[in-house]
Amino acid sequence: MIPAAFDYERAGSVDEAVELLAGEDTKLLAGGQSLIPVLRLRFARPSLLVDVGRLDELRYVREDGDRIAIGALTRHAELVRDPVLAQRCPIIPQAARHIGDPQVRHRGTIGGSAAHADPASDLSTILLTLDAELVARGPGGERTIAAAEFFTGPFETALGPQEMLTEVRVPAVETGTYLKLARRSADWATVGVAAARVDGRVQVGLTSMGMTPLRARGVEESLAGGGSPADAAARAAEGTDPPGDVSASSEYRAHLAQVLVRRALEQL
Amino acid sequence: MTRISLTVNGESHEAEVEPRQLLVYFLREELGLKGTNVGCDTSSCGACTVLVDGESVKSCNQLAVQADGCEVTTIEGLAQGDELHPVQQAFHEQHALQCGYCTPGFVMASVSLLAENPDPSEAEIRGALEGNLCRCTGYHNIVEAVRAAARAGA
Repeated sequence: MIPAAFDYERAGSVDEAVELLAGEDTKLLAGGQSLIPVLRLRFARPSLLVDVGRLDELRYVREDGDRIAIGALTRHAELVRDPVLAQRCPIIPQAARHIGDPQVRHRGTIGGSAAHADPASDLSTILLTLDAELVARGPGGERTIAAAEFFTGPFETALGPQEMLTEVRVPAVETGTYLKLARRSADWATVGVAAARVDGRVQVGLTSMGMTPLRARGVEESLAGGGSPADAAARAAEGTDPPGDVSASSEYRAHLAQVLVRRALEQL
Repeated sequence: MTRISLTVNGESHEAEVEPRQLLVYFLREELGLKGTNVGCDTSSCGACTVLVDGESVKSCNQLAVQADGCEVTTIEGLAQGDELHPVQQAFHEQHALQCGYCTPGFVMASVSLLAENPDPSEAEIRGALEGNLCRCTGYHNIVEAVRAAARAGA
């Protein structure tokens, strides 16, 4: 399977990338681990691919006040071994370790994953669960988008056609875990559950339980009201719309979400 | 067409490529390095694994233009003359293959693993090879080969 023909430009800076995005049917290429399969299947046929994969200035993790700033082009393998995240936000390396396989983790980026917005993306769920902020640059300058506003649909985000994600900012977590059940090694999550204690509050998110990553608001409410992990977990599927597909039925996913939420809460 | 220059197995190459050309086809068809196999063609099986700047990458899931300026190593680049690379030698000695189609990918993924972690546990080896599929049911001996290569200081 060969992609349809496209033009190719490698951007030397974020500003240059934003300028190049002004054309019709342009697309950003970061690590390419999601985009290249999509191009090969010809689900996308951009006229111009703007390669930002070499913007190494967007590969970093650093403390920024009470938040941790992660450059959009930081690769999954770098998240796995980052000392700042290991100390202050270990749920990210824990989840990144189970994304795809080593070859994918050597190339895939946190920004690319968020911007691709696959409802089965592990990192998107974590960004939503932690109330991350996503920083985007466009022709009008920079803006910050709350994760709750960012994921607008399957493979759809709040990014404008000429905007590029440059950074994500997450809070330090006191404790957190990401549990993922997949039918095969290196597969997408049948269901994934993120649970983290942030500023004394437990926040819970779900992967593959709807068209976007979701917060398990019923679970959070129950816990805030003093509910036990088991009581709270019973509400895990509230407000979700889990898909049925070759991996699992909708009912199975709803059941699995409850089991995984209970296990995750018991680990906190 | 886009002009790229890259190093493959220590040799410099310059080429004009179509931006949509996948790295695996550049290696196989432009450079004639047919040791890198196309298996599933959907970035699942790992048969096309090569090293880009020392790290394992699925070359059916990379564009040749993305490798511009990079150092690529394929299975052909591992042996020193007649002397097999320690990972190749270990695959040979441990009978870590049957049909052999997946083998170049497994060897490259193993070389990448041992560069990152020279003394992996069995669980770490199995985890590190999750992106490579063998359909002849050869995993047991593949894991043994990686352990042997680690002991040999690959």
